[in-house]
Amino acid sequence: MKAVIKGAGYILVHTPDMVLHNGTTQTTERIVNPESEYLKELPKHLRSFDEVCAYYPNQVYIGNKTPDDLAALEADKVRGWVDIKCDVTDRYGKFGQIMPQEEFLLLMQACDVFQLVMLDKDFVAEFKPQFAANPLISEDIVAKIPEAQTEAAEIARLVEEEHSEGLYHNGKLVGCVKRAHDIDVNLSSHVMHEDIVSKASSVLSILAAIKSTGVAKDDVEYVIDCCEEACGDMNQRGGGNFAKAAAEIAGLNNATGSDTRGFCAGPSHAIVEAAALVASGTYNTVMVTAGGCTAKLGMNAKNHVEKDLPALEDCLGGFAVVLTADNGVDPYINLQMVGRHTVGTGAAPQNVIGSLVAAPLAKNGLKITDIDKFSPEMQNPDITKPAGAGDVPLANYKMIAALAVKNGELQRADIATFPAKHGLTGWAPTQGHIPSGVPYIGFAREDILAGKIKNAMIIGKGSLFLGRMTNLFDGVSFVIEGNDGKTQEAGGVSEEEVKGLIAKAMKEFAATLMAQAE
Amino acid sequence: MDLENQKRVKEFAEQYGPENVVVLLGAAEGEASGLAAETVTAGDPTYAGPLTGVSLGLTVYHVVEPEVKEEFDPAVYDEAVSMMEMVLDVDDIIGEMTSIREQFCKYL
Repeated sequence: MKAVIKGAGYILVHTPDMVLHNGTTQTTERIVNPESEYLKELPKHLRSFDEVCAYYPNQVYIGNKTPDDLAALEADKVRGWVDIKCDVTDRYGKFGQIMPQEEFLLLMQACDVFQLVMLDKDFVAEFKPQFAANPLISEDIVAKIPEAQTEAAEIARLVEEEHSEGLYHNGKLVGCVKRAHDIDVNLSSHVMHEDIVSKASSVLSILAAIKSTGVAKDDVEYVIDCCEEACGDMNQRGGGNFAKAAAEIAGLNNATGSDTRGFCAGPSHAIVEAAALVASGTYNTVMVTAGGCTAKLGMNAKNHVEKDLPALEDCLGGFAVVLTADNGVDPYINLQMVGRHTVGTGAAPQNVIGSLVAAPLAKNGLKITDIDKFSPEMQNPDITKPAGAGDVPLANYKMIAALAVKNGELQRADIATFPAKHGLTGWAPTQGHIPSGVPYIGFAREDILAGKIKNAMIIGKGSLFLGRMTNLFDGVSFVIEGNDGKTQEAGGVSEEEVKGLIAKAMKEFAATLMAQAE
Repeated sequence: MDLENQKRVKEFAEQYGPENVVVLLGAAEGEASGLAAETVTAGDPTYAGPLTGVSLGLTVYHVVEPEVKEEFDPAVYDEAVSMMEMVLDVDDIIGEMTSIREQFCKYL
């Protein structure tokens, strides 16, 4: 059976105060250089919610603009798309939404089932109506916000005396996340803050995907979370399970789930797993989801401040993809064409690209140029270029093109035109797992359905060495193809054929009985 | 350069002697290569890591530089680096690296 892509949800959460208080570039700087000019300068480079909504790549992320629209824009050589105001500034898009910080703090509290998120009662009174008016936030979620909230003085005391992690809005302390245990570092307020943020943004992603696909909540049978956080206590640091925790809040009552990890390659691993679960008939509808990461907020802000740019990493990212059993219409994941970086592949870029791109295609008799669009690491170059990391998607396309040249599938002179023809311009926030191939899935589905392209390869890559468990790199790729409407049955036998075989066996059995009777 | 890598470079220099250590880079851009090279020679220009104010002056090259390329078995180089040679701005990288070496390397 084919596993088809029913659709996707994409969300951003504008969290400027978390850039200052929770991004590791800033928390590290406060330890090593607390009086630095950078820390004084950074708040001046934070964008307003309106500016975030008017930023073109963000409008692409939530689906109001397309990657083609973005590629057609003329970006400034130094400042990229920073000074271009998008003609659409709506916070809601067909794939999801951009949520402002004040609503997100309330969503965090709604997602906290251990009474760890405390909010200032005046803050709640001011913003709860706005939160309730958000079209993705149903009444049952609003009802999770407790009536009794906390006095500002008590929140200040919890932060000063009880090791709570402060929650800020417009520079003011408006809440906190309490530690969940007095001595367990894995339940510290810092870790709980990070985990609840991830969970809440995953919940929002799930709700966005439910809305954009029209799938009934009760039809979702399994959820795979592929973020880069770990939840657990001192006896099982990454015990899990973000997937089920988020499914509970989102109201997916018939679902269970589990967490898949693989650094930035996590989403690709998770989607291949989800597709295999559907294709095997184990579950009919599987959702892959991931929330955002506070640690990476403002990760490259030193370079942005130095170059007098806004601190562009001011949003958490999230996504959710829904896979269902074949409906004969939606594009499907070809599980015969999965690329993987193995233990023996090696770290040289050409081995990496070879294993992820060339090898699975060659196995199926295809060339690199047979894939219409590649979606590797889709980081927004506005963010990475000022930090000296270059245009990441473009670098990937050049590598894929160079490999095609080495394999004799492309002329060397065509390397320059390959990125525009087979590639995309990056629009995703640098939230690790978020830009890793998956931002294009929503558009890929639409582009294939519209006949603009016939297939797309999604490539996830992960830097496993950051965990200090192995020096290995990792990656997984898969191909999305147009659905020809023909049923693809496991084992190569269709339902019709099975019926025919049974009828034939019955006839033969009847004939045997009749012969015996005679 | 990653703070942990700075620490490891510093420890290797102390363990083997800075004159015996060569740092080989694989960064994708001239600017990033120059920053990494500066870190292991003049010290961390971002003032964040263990090499802040520590001028090791180590010998440092990028893998696409001709001095390094000629040390390789050509077959191995073709298998591991030739694709990236097509992609990278090799002249820009050589320019950045040469400039840093001329200013800060102590053991050439």
